[in-house]
Amino acid sequence: MTTSLIRLESVAAAYDGTRVLHDVSHSVEPGDFTGIVGPSGSGKTTMLRVLLGSMTPVAGTVVRAPGLRVGYVPQLETVSWGFPVTVAECVLMARKPAHVWPWSTPGERADVGSVLERLGISELGHRHIRELSGGQQQRMFLARALVRRPQLLLLDEPTSGVDVQTRHEVLHLLEDLSNDGIAVLLTTHDLNGMAAHLPQLVALAGHVVASGPPSEVIVPAVLEQVFGARMEVLQHLGIPVVVDGYDHSEPGVA
Amino acid sequence: MTGLIEMFGYDFFVKGLAAAVLAGALCGLLSTFITLRGMSYIGHGLSHSIFGGFAASAVVGINVVVGAGVWGLGTAFAINWVARKRSIGADAAIGVVTTASFALGVALLKKFGQQGGLSFDQALFGSILGVRGSDLALLAVALVATLLLVVLRYRQLLFLTFDPEVAAVSGVDTRRLDALVMAVLSLSILASLTVIGVTLVAAILVVPSVIARLLTNSFSRMLVIATGVGAASGFVGMIASYQLDVPSGTTIVLTSALLFLVVLAVTGPGRLRRTAGMDDHADTPVATSVPSRA
Repeated sequence: MTTSLIRLESVAAAYDGTRVLHDVSHSVEPGDFTGIVGPSGSGKTTMLRVLLGSMTPVAGTVVRAPGLRVGYVPQLETVSWGFPVTVAECVLMARKPAHVWPWSTPGERADVGSVLERLGISELGHRHIRELSGGQQQRMFLARALVRRPQLLLLDEPTSGVDVQTRHEVLHLLEDLSNDGIAVLLTTHDLNGMAAHLPQLVALAGHVVASGPPSEVIVPAVLEQVFGARMEVLQHLGIPVVVDGYDHSEPGVA
Repeated sequence: MTGLIEMFGYDFFVKGLAAAVLAGALCGLLSTFITLRGMSYIGHGLSHSIFGGFAASAVVGINVVVGAGVWGLGTAFAINWVARKRSIGADAAIGVVTTASFALGVALLKKFGQQGGLSFDQALFGSILGVRGSDLALLAVALVATLLLVVLRYRQLLFLTFDPEVAAVSGVDTRRLDALVMAVLSLSILASLTVIGVTLVAAILVVPSVIARLLTNSFSRMLVIATGVGAASGFVGMIASYQLDVPSGTTIVLTSALLFLVVLAVTGPGRLRRTAGMDDHADTPVATSVPSRA
């Protein structure tokens, strides 16, 4: 029997008294690789914040494994790219300091070098963060999260605003981390990218509409409930592919 | 030339010069955190607020350092409390709380007059004449406290300044650290009030870091350069104040502004892009990051 890293039990969360999450239950096990899908305002980021502990639920319970180490990768759009910091400094800031002095120890520098190398950006350590491509930026924040040696990795829209090649690279990296036993939970509104890579999805619309493998979650009835719009689901090599729904009866539509 | 040498023979000038260098270095050091956290307006507001505490303390006859210090801290936490309510923005909260405090200070001083210490004009614009030994001691205490905080909590401060939300979930006690930053900021503004003045101290809490940002892409180097720029502005500005017979706060700020123009001319306007993101967190309340709605 596996022990959950973290478990939400009938959790509700609110901003200024307005509930954005209702009765959400979900548990994360070691090695999970799960995507939370839903439109803007569906509560994806709020659910991440509850899991992170940066937001206290107004109802329900959050049960964390004792000593749980969590790494967090924020949305790239929220980052202040003009901030005067290099890639190595950015990664190092998340590592627990080895001593009270400002300078890093050889052990700390080795840790940073090791995680940058694992993510294939070891040659970029001295670069300013603004000089990176979208994929490199995502890897840098992954490195910052990994330097804490997390058991659970939470990512907010990691594939938003990146090209297809970068999206594949990021998702393959996350899959590798998941195979290493790190639980990975990410939010996205990119349905097709997730269906091809993630074994588990949670469809969120303020509450959990459906959860399970993509074949059970990416179905027209669930998508209509979550996104409030008709969508069609085709099958390609056994992977569900979502296309915008259209009404054949509308004038002018063949 | 004789005049330049002669002024160093006056005790009041040497004290004023020492205070200006200490205040410039102190405000320059803090300016890096203030601008990168988008707290420029908070520095401006706090200085005006502390003036209210200064006036109230002077009128009722209590120690202005204690009175204005407590007042400033109270204002800082009041701003934060109002901002956390999220019904109004942090900038509006600062506008309401600090301008009211400043207006109260002006009204009290005009109604009851000065009971000792600095005059009204000296408090507003700084004075070369008003520096006492106790002012130097307070500046030294504020500088040592700020240096200790920066050195002993460097990495946590860097994390908090760059990414407060992730810092908070990565084991950094952001509330405590923010409170410490506000405490040294209030103390520094209070200590700098004599030499730079209420209305101009906000400039020294911004300009040195902007100059430093033009010159470097490194946070640690930015801290050192901003501290040096602040100290140099204090040194040159105080000499100019003596020579031109104008309030020291004005000459210190003008020196830093001139330095900014020189650095901008040397580095090129393209470097200004580096400073574009320095106020990105402008909506972030003082003592914590309030999550936005998903």
